[in-house]
Amino acid sequence: MRLNMILLLVVVICALGLVTSQHRARKLFQGLEGEQEKARQLEVEYGQLQLEMSTWATHPRIEKIARDRLRMVMPGAAPRAPLAAARPLARKDGR
Amino acid sequence: MVVRRRPQRAHRFTESPVLQLALQGWRSRTVGLLLMGAFLALVARGFYLQVINNDFLQEKGDSRYRRDIEVSASRGKIMDRHGDMLAVSTPMKSIWAIPGDARTMDAPQKKQLAALLEVGVRELDGKIAADKTFAFIKRQVPPETAERIALAKFPGIHQEKEYRRYYPTGEMTAHIVGFTGVDDKGLEGVELAFQNSLLGHPGNRTVIRDRRGSIVEDVGSIKPPQDGKDVHLAMDSKIQYLAYSQLKNAVESNKAKAGGAIVIDARTGEILALANWPTYNPNNRQNLSGAQLRNRAITDTFEPGSVMKPFTAALALEKGKVRFDTVINCAPGRLTIGSATIADAHPHGALTVAQVIQKSSNIGTVKIALGFPPQELWEMFDSVGFGQAPNLGFPGEVNGRLRPWKSWRPIEQATMSYGHGIAVSLVQLARAYTVFARDGELVPLSLTRLEGTPVHGVPVFSPHTAREVRAMLEMAVQPEGTAPKARVPGYRVGGKTGTAYKVEGGVYAKKYVASFVGLAPISDPRLVVAVMIDEPSAGAHYGGDVAGPVFSQIMGGALRTIGVAPDAPLQVAAATPAKERM
Repeated sequence: MRLNMILLLVVVICALGLVTSQHRARKLFQGLEGEQEKARQLEVEYGQLQLEMSTWATHPRIEKIARDRLRMVMPGAAPRAPLAAARPLARKDGR
Repeated sequence: MVVRRRPQRAHRFTESPVLQLALQGWRSRTVGLLLMGAFLALVARGFYLQVINNDFLQEKGDSRYRRDIEVSASRGKIMDRHGDMLAVSTPMKSIWAIPGDARTMDAPQKKQLAALLEVGVRELDGKIAADKTFAFIKRQVPPETAERIALAKFPGIHQEKEYRRYYPTGEMTAHIVGFTGVDDKGLEGVELAFQNSLLGHPGNRTVIRDRRGSIVEDVGSIKPPQDGKDVHLAMDSKIQYLAYSQLKNAVESNKAKAGGAIVIDARTGEILALANWPTYNPNNRQNLSGAQLRNRAITDTFEPGSVMKPFTAALALEKGKVRFDTVINCAPGRLTIGSATIADAHPHGALTVAQVIQKSSNIGTVKIALGFPPQELWEMFDSVGFGQAPNLGFPGEVNGRLRPWKSWRPIEQATMSYGHGIAVSLVQLARAYTVFARDGELVPLSLTRLEGTPVHGVPVFSPHTAREVRAMLEMAVQPEGTAPKARVPGYRVGGKTGTAYKVEGGVYAKKYVASFVGLAPISDPRLVVAVMIDEPSAGAHYGGDVAGPVFSQIMGGALRTIGVAPDAPLQVAAATPAKERM
């Protein structure tokens, strides 16, 4: 009689333990799921930002700004020389 | 005072007089049997549901909490050699309706939806009036708009995830990158050529959802989605822009019909730039014409003209028929073969082989070429890749036209030596010139970036021949040559002009294709640039005047972009002021 009562208690405790652990597992899983969703969204946003960046950085736009707003011009041939040959003459690359 | 109200003695339960009644035995047995029968029926039903027919219930149960969901995969990106984006997919939503349900919307709701989607109310009405169970209202709607539509909870309006492809570089790279259709399938260019690796494979998973719709558990097997692989092209978007803008300028200022330009890295065979004009904007493909879509540099052939002469000269040098300075008499500027007469644009006297190339003498080239049996000439053309597709894996590559040598007549052999009666594409021409840039080796071309592996070509000419031809090509851009305008300040360059008549309806029309193919720096060639301008009609039509300056701009800019040290003596650079545009 006594033993039965003890076993019943053990069974009830185990059952409750199973329920709580299942609940916790689901909670954690939801958390993971949420984070993964967030990661996906961030990836999407990263793609959109990359797209935006490359749209702003297209070469025609850069050239237009350089010429019109910053009033930059290509140097003629004369001031362009290899670095080793003529150091003071600024940069080798005119662009 | 104690009142004794009921003086009777209490009965014990078992002694209840009711129970003392004698019952008939069959009644209790009948009830017992009935109960037992009902119990057995329940057990049998339970057994039937749980064991025999449990699939049905299992399915019903699953349908309440189990869901199969598709996990979408995105299409790979296309990037240039430095990782600049050329084609990117971003998620969009398509808005669709169950027309029957959607018709229950009231007027203000319809108006609101139409405003959100930027369509007319009438158009919306037309779409949901259809007698169907499914109708797209609008595709490729930005996610923010879709979010607001979802919040408004219109009846019968649903959403589906899809992708839209963006091309930030637009028309500049349109021909090489190509484009996709609405279903994310490549239709043109690299998008089509690399469809298999770019394509993503959606995965799927089976999950349990709770009452609130959130996923609580994965059950069954999970197939992870596979995103498409990114493709790194060999293209350098800076050089591509340079080629594109210079070509565009040249086509417009020469009032030409079309044009093409290619830049090849001679060391690896990578295509650094490939531009065509006219072009189109892949982000907005309405009103597209076939002319805009054509990737001329790869899919169109033309009779190249004089740019073929160096190959004839190289063959003669290789076979030992002539030397660099063998003198050939080109007077009086006309030569009759059979019934046809070949003429030079400007009559020359006696020229060395090198001068024949420098001054682009048809007579000189023909005299060199007629010293060979047709088969040898054909074999040389074949071995530098004419008459066969360049194997880029690009859609629409053409073979060009190189007729079998057995059917050649002498006049054909003569004209072929200076590039008529043979048709090639610009990409074949550029590739063929890599033999001069690489000491006689022909390399396979590559659209994609190669990872530092040294490329081995097929030897066609000896290094000595290649060096001599390079010297001739350099002479052609000197003031005495045909293309002084092709010079690049600071670098030693070499190249050959081509001015060919176009064939129209089987006869040569008075329309031209001006071309220039060259390489630089001569001391250690790094790049091959080929330019073709179709039907220049603003006065100038010679390759040296039309295509030469374009070559100079593209080559100069490209050499500086990849950081090749100038190899020309400094005073040469200083003496030629360049009116250069970026």
